[in-house]
Amino acid sequence: MTTKTGRIVGVNGNMVTAEFDLAVHQNEVAYVVVEDLRLIAEVIRIRGRYADLQVFEDTSGLRVGGRIEFADEMLSVELGPGLLTQIYDGLQNPLPAIAEQCGFFLPKGLQVVALPRETEWDFTPKAGPGDVVQAGDVLGTVPEGIFQHWVMVPFAFQGSYRVVSVAAAGSYHVADEIAVLENEDGQFSVSMMQKWPVKRPIRAYAERMRPSEQLVTKMRILDTFFPVAKGGTYCIPGPFGAGKTVLQQLISRHADADVVIIAACGERAGEVVETLREFPVLMDPRTGHSLMERTVIICNTSSMPVAAREASVYTAVTIAEYYRQMGLNVMLLADSTSRWAQALREMSGRLEEIPGEEAFPAYLESVIAAFYERAGIVRLNDGSVGSVTIGGTVSPAGGDFEEPVTQSTLKVVGAFHGLSRARSDARRYPAIDPLDSWSKYPSIVPADELARARKTLRDGREVQEMMKVVEEAGTSMEDFIVYLKAEYLDAVYLQQDAYDAVDGSSSAERQKHVFDVMSKIVTAELDFPEKDSARRFFQTLSQVTKDWNRSEMDSPEFVSLEGRIHDMLAEVARNA
Amino acid sequence: MRKVYHEITQIAGNIITVAATDVGYHELAEVSSPNGTSLAQVIRLEGEHVTLQVFAGTRGIPTNAEVRFLGRRLMTPYADALLGRVFTGSGIPRDGGPRLDENLIEIGGPPVNPARRIIPQKMIRTGIPMIDIFNSLVESQKLPIFSVAGEPYNELLARIALNAEVDIIVLGGMGLKYDDYLYFRDTLEEEGALSRSIMYVHTASDPVVECLLVPDTCLAVAEKFALEGKRVLVLLSDMTNFADALKEVAITMEQIPSNRGYPGDLYSQLAARYEKAVDFEGAGSLTVLAVTTMPGDDVTHPIPDNTGYITEGQFYLRNGRIEPFGSLSRLKQQVNADTREDHRTIMNTMIQLYAAFKEALEKQSMGFRMSAWDLKLIKYGGLFEDKMMDLSVNIPLERALDVGWDILAECFAPEETGIPTRLIEAFWPAKAAVVAVAETGGEDGTVEQAA
Repeated sequence: MTTKTGRIVGVNGNMVTAEFDLAVHQNEVAYVVVEDLRLIAEVIRIRGRYADLQVFEDTSGLRVGGRIEFADEMLSVELGPGLLTQIYDGLQNPLPAIAEQCGFFLPKGLQVVALPRETEWDFTPKAGPGDVVQAGDVLGTVPEGIFQHWVMVPFAFQGSYRVVSVAAAGSYHVADEIAVLENEDGQFSVSMMQKWPVKRPIRAYAERMRPSEQLVTKMRILDTFFPVAKGGTYCIPGPFGAGKTVLQQLISRHADADVVIIAACGERAGEVVETLREFPVLMDPRTGHSLMERTVIICNTSSMPVAAREASVYTAVTIAEYYRQMGLNVMLLADSTSRWAQALREMSGRLEEIPGEEAFPAYLESVIAAFYERAGIVRLNDGSVGSVTIGGTVSPAGGDFEEPVTQSTLKVVGAFHGLSRARSDARRYPAIDPLDSWSKYPSIVPADELARARKTLRDGREVQEMMKVVEEAGTSMEDFIVYLKAEYLDAVYLQQDAYDAVDGSSSAERQKHVFDVMSKIVTAELDFPEKDSARRFFQTLSQVTKDWNRSEMDSPEFVSLEGRIHDMLAEVARNA
Repeated sequence: MRKVYHEITQIAGNIITVAATDVGYHELAEVSSPNGTSLAQVIRLEGEHVTLQVFAGTRGIPTNAEVRFLGRRLMTPYADALLGRVFTGSGIPRDGGPRLDENLIEIGGPPVNPARRIIPQKMIRTGIPMIDIFNSLVESQKLPIFSVAGEPYNELLARIALNAEVDIIVLGGMGLKYDDYLYFRDTLEEEGALSRSIMYVHTASDPVVECLLVPDTCLAVAEKFALEGKRVLVLLSDMTNFADALKEVAITMEQIPSNRGYPGDLYSQLAARYEKAVDFEGAGSLTVLAVTTMPGDDVTHPIPDNTGYITEGQFYLRNGRIEPFGSLSRLKQQVNADTREDHRTIMNTMIQLYAAFKEALEKQSMGFRMSAWDLKLIKYGGLFEDKMMDLSVNIPLERALDVGWDILAECFAPEETGIPTRLIEAFWPAKAAVVAVAETGGEDGTVEQAA
């Protein structure tokens, strides 16, 4: 086959305009040839004989007249065993392999295969000759870390196929033929690896279901107050310094997902490094293996090429969907979707499109919606269930949630964890605003108790506002106690010490147990002679409860501190 | 032999367009006219039209000026001989010393592979409690100082530079007032630090576009030194001028502005510079401290806003003090666990109480009656500001932590602080505790009577 070629007629930042002769298609991959390098690019607009390409690498040195080769395929990723534990850039180049070749820096124009070809995998066939299969059906399995990785009929295969042969049990490379399938069009060879265009959702499942099962993150404020469901979506908008990334890191550690995909999109490299270096040595208590064994990192940090940011979120979600097809619960954490939106804005500007609000392109909203809609819990063809949960951070300009990216995101997500500068300034972490945030998913605690706790928080805030006007003396004792209860609930339940080994992760069971005690305190009618003694009571109660939070559940210390909380409460409870 | 072009078709702002062929994107050119010679860089290719930004400005450039393409990208000399010298953004000596033209290195080189980065873990001690205790500075960190005009940010920068244990200081001045340039030079010289410093200075009176070169040059040179095992501290003042220069070029190029006239890629442009901060495994490190003056003291202005999303925290300098609220070192958790076991607790407790103090102060200013608790907070706030926040305090971390316990014990009873019982037992100053309890009783009594 001859290569379709074109030539450069203009360069503007990372946009290259090319003149072409043969048909090209929208979103086709092209390579811009500069000296002995081939820079990967994507067609994003076609006008007459000219195509505008976004180049995923630094464009320095390109010349008018330079050669362009069109690849006749859309931007795709390789799917197969070997993805877990990997660290990829936005275009699925493995970064550790590049580091081995090139040292400290990321040279441009380097393309390295995503799945190591020489690794051998222990294949066990599950299908046999004569079986009728369709896209997504299991042909066999290979062990990948803690999972049985399913080798499936490629998702691009449409309709039914008959299995002609399946390889015998044994060791194979990812690219080796492991099965031959046929239909009326002929015979097709299948290996353990397949390619899939990143911008197209993988839909080889029977049906999509409603997310209803809770995804436990071990963060009290999330699981109890603003829960996330398996297959659901949530967003964390917040000004800088409010703790978006720390929150995402904590979720990536503690969430009860099978596979975690981290898409570090246009953010600080240092933050990814923490994950890179710490996950291999952190143990996942559920599996007894390192956290890295369930993790894939897609890393396109802020100093890496801007256009690849967009690719990075799609690469991440495609890999997430792939593992969902194996009946696993996958969590995708994207940090930050605003950087991706900015990349869209940069490109839109270069294309001289008519800008929307804050110069973001008019299609921003539909692009964001389409991304979050790739989350979901699905029933596969064989009846098993898998899910992709997407959590994205948003970095609103000026911390103002009215800006386009936050607003577009809020329309499509199932939970909103809004971070507040006031809370983070007061070191109330996690700084999720308990009054502004919301979730459409069910909580782990009873709804009526939760509603009461919410009401206390809201009333407490009102009293606090009122006290600013009428001062403490002008506040009734009843109101003042509501305020103290709200502050107490905030201090010991909403806030959580991420750096404490015990308090840092609170199991669902523990949360239910503790919340029950909180409910009792919140509803208890308390009697105090005057306000200062009420304040002192709650200060001491907070102290004891915080110590309780830091003690291992069901340890003697835990039991004794809980007893003390009950005793303290009994002393001041009315009618005691 | 490179071709020379004479046909300038457009001059607007500091941008010229010339008809030329076989020119590389980002290639460097020399624009010569009877009024002088300037470097220029290709920023757009469109068929035969090549658009360049002229570093020395376009004033006096005729349409038939000579444009000679150099066939290379921006380079700057790199040598040990740079130490103790002062240059302009394009590497021309400012101090009357000899020109250095050998061993040219490319500026704005490729990014560091995240897989080769390591977790920073070496604290840089500054002797300033608001930094050392509350927001520790860490090697390879990138931190801006958010400030407004008139604040002593350059003094703070200089003081950190002199206290910090680093091998080399690279100072980049952008739109620096001439006086401030002299201040830096003289201070470094007086303290004997000039011989380990390199300065790249663009003053307020120099052509605007040249300002764009300063951060890249500083960082390229600093990166080389870091690769050779040196611990380098890069000081940049003021990044707001850099961003404004970007804006000027973008608008001249008729780019659609995103926010208050700034280009949509402001975030990426700033990130490309700040992300040069790195700790090379087995070699040296590069730490960046940059001043960002906030126009109108508005942190939501696009420059500080984008900066905050890129950097690993920020110091707010206000009324001559580093504000505890908003100021943040994102890397402090990497180092403050291994200093002393009470470090983190003191850090959190004191800030929480200081926040409560601010609320009490608000009540006081509105003429509300103060509760016993409010009075304690007011006392605490005063002590905290004098003994911790004041920039003249210059004590080592351990001493500062002790001061912290003293302040707490002077104002509160142990259980009022919310500090874990274990640490109270280990660190609470014994004598003061008794005094504090006695005082509490007394104050309570007074308030009761007043009510």
